[in-house]
Amino acid sequence: MLWYIGRRLLQMIPVFLGSTLIVYLIAFYTSGDPILTLAGDKPISPAVADRLREQYNLDKPVLVQWLIYLGNVLTFDLGVGFNNRPIWDQIAAAFPTTFRLAVIAVIVETIFGVIAGVISGLRKGKLIDTTLLMLSLLLIATPTFVLGFLAQFVFGLQLGIAPINVGRDPSWQNLLLPGFVLGGVSFAYVLRLTRTSIAETAGADHVRTATAKGLSRGGVVSKHILRNSLIPVVTFIGADLGALMGGAIVTERVFNVPGIGTLLFSSINSGESPMIVSLVTLLVIIFLLSNLVVDLLYGVLDPRIRYAK
Amino acid sequence: MRSDAQNARRPRAEHWVAPLAETPLQEVDAADTSTAPRSLWAEAGHSLIRNPVFVISALLILFVLFVAAFPQVFTGQDPRFGELGRANQAPGAEHPFGTSRQGYDIMARTFWGARTSVIIGFFAMIGSTLIGGTIGALAGYLGGWFDEVVSRITDIFFAVPLILGAIVVATRLGEMNLWTVILVLSVFGWTNIARIMRGAVISTKGQDYVTSSIALGASSPSVLLKHVIPNAIAPVIVTATVNLGVFIVAEATLSFLGVGLPTSAVSWGGDISDARDALRTQPSMLFYPSVALAVTVLSFIMLGDAVRDALDPKARKR
Repeated sequence: MLWYIGRRLLQMIPVFLGSTLIVYLIAFYTSGDPILTLAGDKPISPAVADRLREQYNLDKPVLVQWLIYLGNVLTFDLGVGFNNRPIWDQIAAAFPTTFRLAVIAVIVETIFGVIAGVISGLRKGKLIDTTLLMLSLLLIATPTFVLGFLAQFVFGLQLGIAPINVGRDPSWQNLLLPGFVLGGVSFAYVLRLTRTSIAETAGADHVRTATAKGLSRGGVVSKHILRNSLIPVVTFIGADLGALMGGAIVTERVFNVPGIGTLLFSSINSGESPMIVSLVTLLVIIFLLSNLVVDLLYGVLDPRIRYAK
Repeated sequence: MRSDAQNARRPRAEHWVAPLAETPLQEVDAADTSTAPRSLWAEAGHSLIRNPVFVISALLILFVLFVAAFPQVFTGQDPRFGELGRANQAPGAEHPFGTSRQGYDIMARTFWGARTSVIIGFFAMIGSTLIGGTIGALAGYLGGWFDEVVSRITDIFFAVPLILGAIVVATRLGEMNLWTVILVLSVFGWTNIARIMRGAVISTKGQDYVTSSIALGASSPSVLLKHVIPNAIAPVIVTATVNLGVFIVAEATLSFLGVGLPTSAVSWGGDISDARDALRTQPSMLFYPSVALAVTVLSFIMLGDAVRDALDPKARKR
């Protein structure tokens, strides 16, 4: 097991290096002059521009910049942002909000998605199954930002039970609506995956045996059907964490949530490459680690899976 | 001990064979040799036309394609003609869907917007399928170190979410147009196709007909193109169909974020984004482009679902 985790961590290194390099190259090679962007409309003297370039290592070749940057990352020194606040502090300030948002979204998609999927899969072809399937298709076909506007309109304006704009230092309660919106599309996918998987497992021999030996319906569903159906669902949720972080950019913009997505978007707009790369690196690390956790969960869900040394 | 009389009435089990005429077996066993067996695709097509989901989604897609090709049939208004004097009108006789903040006719914008979405969705689907299909097929067929390297590269791109990668590139490219949006979506949207193609090629290349054509001396490219890919393409087509819907959503999302098509373009994403400020006063402004977008995406997802069921022999029997 430890060997397996070690090997997987080693495999992550090239993926980590590659994705940061790609984003780094995109952020630098295709950009205009970030110093001019920083200066905005005001003219900037060449001496000041040169000094700023030197300060941010912008005068060195891109590969050298990337290596300097990687060295700094490994010592947890992400540098100072264009607004003179350390990048690490800015990320640390924004992260808890996005983390809460993601927690709500994952809870929504996991708990509600699996429950709805079980109901749907066990009653395949019935009215409730068809209704849930139609709902899931509608959710998948509706882009997150449209879903966000709809939620703002219904829950914010019509019912008045949730704030439209979240604003600074949001509480869990205020993040509830954006969290549901963020988890909405994934909820639909989890529902559909669980449904298919449950419907397949429900007909398996071991389920018939469990019923025949007199186990209650609830026992059969929770111990014999659900556990055997969850592997594709768990795989999806793990891979989905990356997509959730992408979706957070959209959701945070719709609801004005001051999180990682907002930070990323404003840094992309101002061409603040070190910040962009730091954030993307963070998202990639979260993505890779969650995929590792998923692979480890396989063994818990299905004891037949053993990890090669 | 059985009596002789009993044995006479009932022949011993292991020797007793029912007369052929009394068994229904030949009806089951006999293959219909009068017609050639249908291929996977013919079989799938046969079950598709009887599937209501397929029929509905196909009709919807035909309708969307028709709107995209001839939007002027549905509206006489110019979608690019904005007049502030008629801004923010509620739906009425002259403007059935109302007018936007800029005084655009929303009905015209909604119908003409189909063209933008269809073009971007279609070409991004083609682009990403070509990139992902080629990479996945080569990785699966060649295997070895090439597969290792290519799979890691796929992992790298897979780790950057489509929207995230697209935003980073889109802001760097400056003013976007149809083709740069298509390029960006293709470059960050090919990974799921590559993974599926690779898996399908690996399972196909072990088949006997592939081995025999190699034994007969066929060259590698010809085996790959003539035998492996045609038999591995089915799951790729299903995913590509669903991807088309995903790309339409992605384009709208980029336009919403302000990094997609410029505001001068007629795009559902941009229109929905504009309607945001009228959420309190005129929610219908949000309604029409949103419904058009959702229905279009829905029809492609439903089509992909129906084709997947039709191509899966296990699902077909039920």
